[in-house]
Parts: sequence; structure tokens; C-alpha cells
Amino acid sequence: MNSLLTFVSRRRGTHGSLHWTDWVSYAYLCLGTIAMLWPVAWLVLSSFKSEGQLQDFPASVMPYSQVKVDVAGMQDQLPLFNVKTTDGTVTQMVQIRRVGITAEMAFPNEPGRTIEVNIDQRQPVTETKFAWGNYRDLFHSSDFVGYAWNSIFITAMSTIIVLFVNSLAAFALSKYEFRGRSTAYVLSIATLMIPPTIVLVPLFLVVNQLGLLNTPWGIILPGAATPAGVFLLRQYMLTIPDDLLDAARLDAASEWKIYWRIVLPLAAPALAVLAVFAIVWRWNDFLWPLIVLTRDDQFTLQLALNSYQGEPQMQWSSILAMTVLTLLPIACVFTFLQRYIQTGIAETGIR
Amino acid sequence: MAALQKRVGRRAMPWLFLLPNFILFAVFAFLPLALDLVYALTGGDQLSLSSRPFIGGENFSSLLSCGNYLDPTTCERDLFWRSLFNTLLFVVVQVTAMVLIALTTALILNRNLRARGFFRSLVFFPVMLSPVVVALIWKWMLLRQGVFNAWLENVGIAPIDWLSSPNWAFFWAVLVSIWAHVGFYVLILLAGLQAIPRDIYEAADMDATGRWRKLTRITLPLLWPNLLVVIVLALIRGVQTFDEVYVLTGGGPGSATKLIVQFIYETGFATQPRLYGLAAAASVCLAVLLIGLTLAQLRANRRPVNE
Repeated sequence: MNSLLTFVSRRRGTHGSLHWTDWVSYAYLCLGTIAMLWPVAWLVLSSFKSEGQLQDFPASVMPYSQVKVDVAGMQDQLPLFNVKTTDGTVTQMVQIRRVGITAEMAFPNEPGRTIEVNIDQRQPVTETKFAWGNYRDLFHSSDFVGYAWNSIFITAMSTIIVLFVNSLAAFALSKYEFRGRSTAYVLSIATLMIPPTIVLVPLFLVVNQLGLLNTPWGIILPGAATPAGVFLLRQYMLTIPDDLLDAARLDAASEWKIYWRIVLPLAAPALAVLAVFAIVWRWNDFLWPLIVLTRDDQFTLQLALNSYQGEPQMQWSSILAMTVLTLLPIACVFTFLQRYIQTGIAETGIR
Repeated sequence: MAALQKRVGRRAMPWLFLLPNFILFAVFAFLPLALDLVYALTGGDQLSLSSRPFIGGENFSSLLSCGNYLDPTTCERDLFWRSLFNTLLFVVVQVTAMVLIALTTALILNRNLRARGFFRSLVFFPVMLSPVVVALIWKWMLLRQGVFNAWLENVGIAPIDWLSSPNWAFFWAVLVSIWAHVGFYVLILLAGLQAIPRDIYEAADMDATGRWRKLTRITLPLLWPNLLVVIVLALIRGVQTFDEVYVLTGGGPGSATKLIVQFIYETGFATQPRLYGLAAAASVCLAVLLIGLTLAQLRANRRPVNE
């Protein structure tokens, strides 16, 4: 026991025991863990509850369902209750039928002998059970599949275009000497200072004139050239030795071929970081799609969630399940690629 | 592609590579920036520029005319002033609290603790979530029937309509946006902490320097440039907050949590008639604020090089 305590309280590298500040740190981190994790855990647990259970107050932590048992001579399974009899003992009985405030109850093993009890005297027997109904309903509704497809299409297309356009520009800015190069670089970085929030109205005009309103391209194209992407890729491409490119030129490779066959493959790690960013940017995009996509059938998942939650007759059961499904792709990206994401952010300060 | 190179020559190729990027920048960034001013100086509810009459600074004077600048109700555009006040209050409270939390967390995560990587990922993951998802996660807990009120009832306090009371709604808007973004700043500060050379601490240890002294005399001064960047970055983002607050509270109750970007969005796109000129003028005001902050950021970025 003592050795266990020393093991737990041992610090990495050193063998001394914990200072009081270490205990304070761990306490802070534990509180932080609850604060960061609980909201999401509560969302996921709730998404497995039926609409009826979601109305419970106070709500149970785990989703549950009433236990039903087979009874000899009955076609359907019958719901099981804890019945409190007049002498104060509690027994498990099944309900045959319910009339008004009285219920006809029977013992599961002798269904012939029934007694009548007031419904206040019984409590449903429940077990923890995840109900997939909310999710099943979503996949059966054509609306949801449409929203998901719009989101996937916009995210995938946008990521491919961002990678292509930005890597071409970064290639030109990092591997060539030409007049005006630094001006070109400063111009592309300068767009960092034009956040979309300040050009909403004129951007709306431009997208409207190009006939892109209510099309996915109205989202994809304005976000395709990203200063952050050019910056990130250029920094990485600067580390690729020029000798490689010169050697390829001696073999009469065209500039395009150098880009496509040499620089792009070598820049793969930076491309991966940018791809993750691009996916997250577009998948999570809200304000600009809210302005450009006004037709219901063009909505992305984010817009659909927003419009569902604004309806007076909103069904939390479907909203919660949809929220989980909207969160899921990002959670997967994060789980598998978090190391890239975190170093990418720490090195460039880009999000 | 090789044929193309033959035709335009090798020296023109980099320009060709830059072209798609620059067309996109020009059409979707620089052109709108210029048009912003055109919209701000014209009136009417038409989108097409040819049918918009030039009205000079009328949009700006409408936005900025106030009987008493400290009382939004006396202003011609009271919603603009209210959202401006809300934004300023929001930014001051949110950035102060968030930077303090981020600093504390980064200092703790920089210690020699077990499961550091796990905790770091944990505080970071909400940054990746969409603002809509974040808002819905919290909205679900803040319902009258929600889990927070269930806890309150457990300790014998009457349920509170969190999002229907102006002060509570504002509080939660701030808290939720801190929850969603603090991980990003923790990461930047942590990178800064890890860049502080170890031997400084070793030298301090030789002189038997206490923990508190090491924190205030070594860590914080050396972290200051990063901290400055974090503050300015948080200010720039904070001023532009829209998504999560809009979905969480809708700007309400009343206009208690309406922020400046929501004012622009609603003026230009969500109410009839669509006052594009007024929205653009408000955008220009926001841009002025952001330019100021960006200049501050450039100065903050330059500092570490000078030192």
C-alpha cells in the first residue's frame, strides 16, 4: 500500500515525493477535467434518451428503459414494476393492463393470479440501456442525409482546392527569385487582416453577381485562398533544399513537374496540417453559410442545427443526436491527428 | 503543362502559380474591402450598386448620432450602441478571465506532472468543436429543465431561467466562449513556456531561489512577449464573436447579449428592408477597431525580436 502511494505520487524523472503545489496542480487539473468533459459527456448520454426521458426532471444520468419480461401465455412482453403492497413489502410484478389510476398486476411466474393496485404504488423497474432510436430516425429522414451531404461536399471540395491553390502560391513564393516576390508575399499575408466579418455586405454582392448564392460554391470559393495556408506551406517549403529542384531541372523536368513530383510530396507534413485546419474551418463554418445559404435544401449541418433549435416545436431528441453526429467527424480528426494540430498551432499561431 | 511552360517561358511560371491564389484574393478579399466603403456611403435597400443613391456620410452620422453617448436609448441607432457596449463589456470580461485561466493552466501544464499530454489535449479539444455544437451543448444544460437546475434543486435552490435573465445570459455567453477558446491560448502560452531556457532555472536553483521568486522574476518576464500576443489575439477574436453567442442566446433576452457582428448581420441580412449601407458602415467601424488591435499585435510581435 505504501509503495503504491509512492508510485502514484512519484514525479517523472525525480524520485522525491510531491510538494504541496503538486497536489494543488492535480486538484486544479481534476476540476478542469470535469469542466471540459462533463458538458460533452452529458450531451452524448442525453442523445441516447427518448423524448419522454428528456423531459424527466431531475434527469437520470444514464439513459434507461423499462424492463420487459416474457410471461407464459402472453404474446407480448410485459413491463415489470416494483409494487409496494399494503404491508409495506416490495415485490416485482408485471402489468397486464391499466385502467385509469388502477393497474392489473400479476406475478411473472403465475400470470393467472392478478391483483389490482393504485398506479401510485408501483415504480417501473429500469435498466441502463442506450436507445439508438434518435439516431435511427435521423438516418431515415431524407433531410438529415441531405444536410450531411452538403456539409461533406463543401468540406471535401474546399479542402482539396485550399491545398492545391495555396501550395501553388507557396511554391512560387518560396522557390523562385523574381521581381515583386516580397510584394506578392506581403499582399497574400495582408489578407489576414481582412476578416470576413468586416466585408459581409460587399462579399455578398460579389457572390450574388457570380450567381453563387444558395450553391455550395458560394461557401467554397471565398474561403479557398487562405493567407494562413500560404504562410504555413511557404515556411515549410523554404526548408526543402534548392539542389533537389536544380537537379530535376538538369533532367529537363518542367516547373510544373517539379511542383507536382518533388515539392508537393516533400511538403506532405505541412499539407497534412493545413488539410486538418481546412476540414475544421469549413465543417464548423457558420456565419458566412448563414448568409449565403437561405434555401433549406442547401443547408449544412451547422445551419440545420441552428434552424432546428430556433423552432418553437423543437424536438431535443433529434437535435441532440444531430449535434453528436456533427461533432463526431471533428472528434475523429482530433483524436487521430491531435499531435499535428497542436504542434501546427503552437508553431504558427494559426487556428 | 510542359507545353504551357514552353509558350510562356520559365520565368513566367511563378506568376502563373500565384495566379489562382491572387484571383481569389482579389475577388473575395480586396474587391469587397473597397466595396465596403462604397456601400457605406450609399443608401437604399438595393444590393446592386447602380441602383444605390450616394448619400455621403449619412449612414455614419445615423450610426453615431446620440443624445448622450453613455445611454444607448438616446441614440438614433440604439441597437448599434447597445451591441457596441455589449461587445466592449464582453471583450473586457472574456479576455481578462480567459487569459488568466489560460496562464494558470499553462503554468500548471508546464510542470513535471503525470498525464500532461492528456490534460493538454483535454483543455484543447473544445477549440476544434463548431461554435454551433458548443452553444447547443451548453444550451441543453442551461434549460429550465436542464442539469444545472437539477443540481441546484439538489442543494435546495429554486431553478433559475439562466438564459431569460439578462445578467445570467451575459454571464453564460462569456463563460461558454471561454470554455470553447481557452485551449488555443493555453497551447500558445505553453509553447512560450517551453522555449524558456532550462539553464536559467538551474542557475536560480544554485542560488536557492524560491518558487514564487522564480515565477515572478524569471517565468513571467520571459513569457511576457507571448502573453502580449495572446492578449491581442484574444481581443481581435473577442470583438468578432458571433456564432456561439448567437446560437446560445439569440442576442437576447431583449438585446442583452447582442454583439456588434450580430448587429451587422441582422441589419444587412435578417431584417426587412435590408439596410446594406448601414451594415457596411457598422462594418467599417468594426474594421477601424480591428485595425487598431492589429497594429497593437504587430507591435507585440515585433518586441521579442528587439530584445
